[in-house]
Amino acid sequence: MRDYIIRRLLGLIPILIGISIAIFVVMQLIPGDVVSGILGIEQTPELREMWEKKLGLDQPLVQQYFNWITKALRGDFGESFRTGAPVFPEIVSRFKISAELAVLACIIAWIIALPLGILSSLKRNSVIDRIVRVVALMGVSIPNFASATLLILFLAKGFNYHTPVKYVSLFENFGGNMQIVLLPAFVLGSVMAGSVMRMTRSSMLEVLRQDYIKSVRAKGAPERVTIFRHAFRNSSIPIVTLIGMQIGSLMGGTVVIEQIFSIPGLGQLTLTGISQRDFPVVQGCVLFIAFVYVIVNLLVDILYTYIDPRISYS
Amino acid sequence: MFKKNKTVVNRALPGNESILSQLWRDPLGRAGMIGIGLIIIMAVFAPWIAQYDVAKMHAKDKLTGPSAKYWFGTDNFGRDVFSRIVYGARVSLVVGIVAVGIAAGFGYLLGMIAGFFEGKVETVIMMVMDVIFAFPSILLALFIVSALGTSIVNTMIAIGIVNVPVFCRTVRASVKTVKSTDYIANARSIGLKKMAILFKHVTPNVMAPFTVQATLALSGAILTEASMSFLSLGIQPPNPSWGSMLSDARKYMERAPWLVIFPALFIIITILSFNLLGDALRDVLDPKLKL
Repeated sequence: MRDYIIRRLLGLIPILIGISIAIFVVMQLIPGDVVSGILGIEQTPELREMWEKKLGLDQPLVQQYFNWITKALRGDFGESFRTGAPVFPEIVSRFKISAELAVLACIIAWIIALPLGILSSLKRNSVIDRIVRVVALMGVSIPNFASATLLILFLAKGFNYHTPVKYVSLFENFGGNMQIVLLPAFVLGSVMAGSVMRMTRSSMLEVLRQDYIKSVRAKGAPERVTIFRHAFRNSSIPIVTLIGMQIGSLMGGTVVIEQIFSIPGLGQLTLTGISQRDFPVVQGCVLFIAFVYVIVNLLVDILYTYIDPRISYS
Repeated sequence: MFKKNKTVVNRALPGNESILSQLWRDPLGRAGMIGIGLIIIMAVFAPWIAQYDVAKMHAKDKLTGPSAKYWFGTDNFGRDVFSRIVYGARVSLVVGIVAVGIAAGFGYLLGMIAGFFEGKVETVIMMVMDVIFAFPSILLALFIVSALGTSIVNTMIAIGIVNVPVFCRTVRASVKTVKSTDYIANARSIGLKKMAILFKHVTPNVMAPFTVQATLALSGAILTEASMSFLSLGIQPPNPSWGSMLSDARKYMERAPWLVIFPALFIIITILSFNLLGDALRDVLDPKLKL
């Protein structure tokens, strides 16, 4: 197992190099030059030269890439053009907020999706099954920004409730934090729940028709044991894969929801960076998010061996 | 005996008529086809269906509720919401179709090459796909658009690039399966050239998962466009987009809820219809994957 993890970590190196090159190349495509963006109408040839030197833009592209990536490897993502503050600490503090939102969304999604998916598979073609399938399809078909906007409208019109806009940290004020985070987490979770429900139902149906489930039932095992210990455990590989992908895409993929609910997460930082053309922030955020995404996928692969001991990576 | 098995035989047979009739028989597939049909009619006949010019401001009728004059009401500029939604269908469909066309075209070519030739070519192609796949799709699309600039063409390119890996992986997996079959070995043994085998014999056999993927990707592409426009980084004014209409409406939604409800409803109907059709198509073309 340790060898597998080391091998996978080594395998990540070319992917991460590829990601960093892709980010660097895309940033080079940006029309207009960075120095003009910083200096605006105040630019003089001297100031321009000074800034180009300061940012390393007077060097060849390959050199610029190596300068950027070696600094990034040391956790130095440069300074924001707008605020002058180091980018990396800002990314880490925003990441904590996005991670809290993502974890809550996942918990809500699992609480909704797993029992309903299992129930739907056990009551195949019944009324319950049909309702669950329609609910799941609605979940995957309603964009999170549409459901969020409709939910805000419903709460405002129906209950005169307006979501708080000032974010407070979980550790400073738990109740206040939950008031802000629960609603967006519910919106994200309900969208995630749709696909998890569909996957749970189809995987369970696949496993429930296997001979070993018939054997377990024939041996007189209680239905609870048959379903949870034998059927659900064996059907959980594709579900875990899907959940892993969803967690990965929640990093940065929450950009729209963060914008709607004014949550200062990683997605909002990226979006602000894009709209303000703050390139070190955008570059740093995108690299960080891609890194987290790749690591989450690795953790999912490792998790497989715990769920299904037949899977061996040796 | 053959009559009894007619349904089963039809399911296995390729051919548009048979697939269409099977889709129509499935209630969910039929609902999807009707929904998509309505959106296509709206998009194609927009100039005849829309009551007013999409940019025309009726200064005296700002934020007017739905009425006989303005079916879906007017926005804060006094523009007719119904007309903007009708033209928005055109934008959504065009962006979706072109973006999926870009993704499907490149994904098909790269997947074919990777699956058929294998070796170093496959390693390099799949590594590039893994790199693209390592970004959350909306984030990558926003990133590309921020570099290329916001425009309808760049939105299509960005969404297209984001979707290439899904097609590439689907085609590659199918090519690898088809490649190991006896009829491909036979085609090789009679001396057919690689290109002939690839396009004449392998292509028709990867079309089923490819078509299902294209239908589902269309809903994803429309969703990404709406999300980007919602964030003001997709379709730019004065072009109407359901996403930007919804975003602009948030300021006035308590006074004028119709500004939120109608664009949201049409986004949901469109995505739901494509998902319903995609699911039904998968059931028809690949019953093993039935969800």
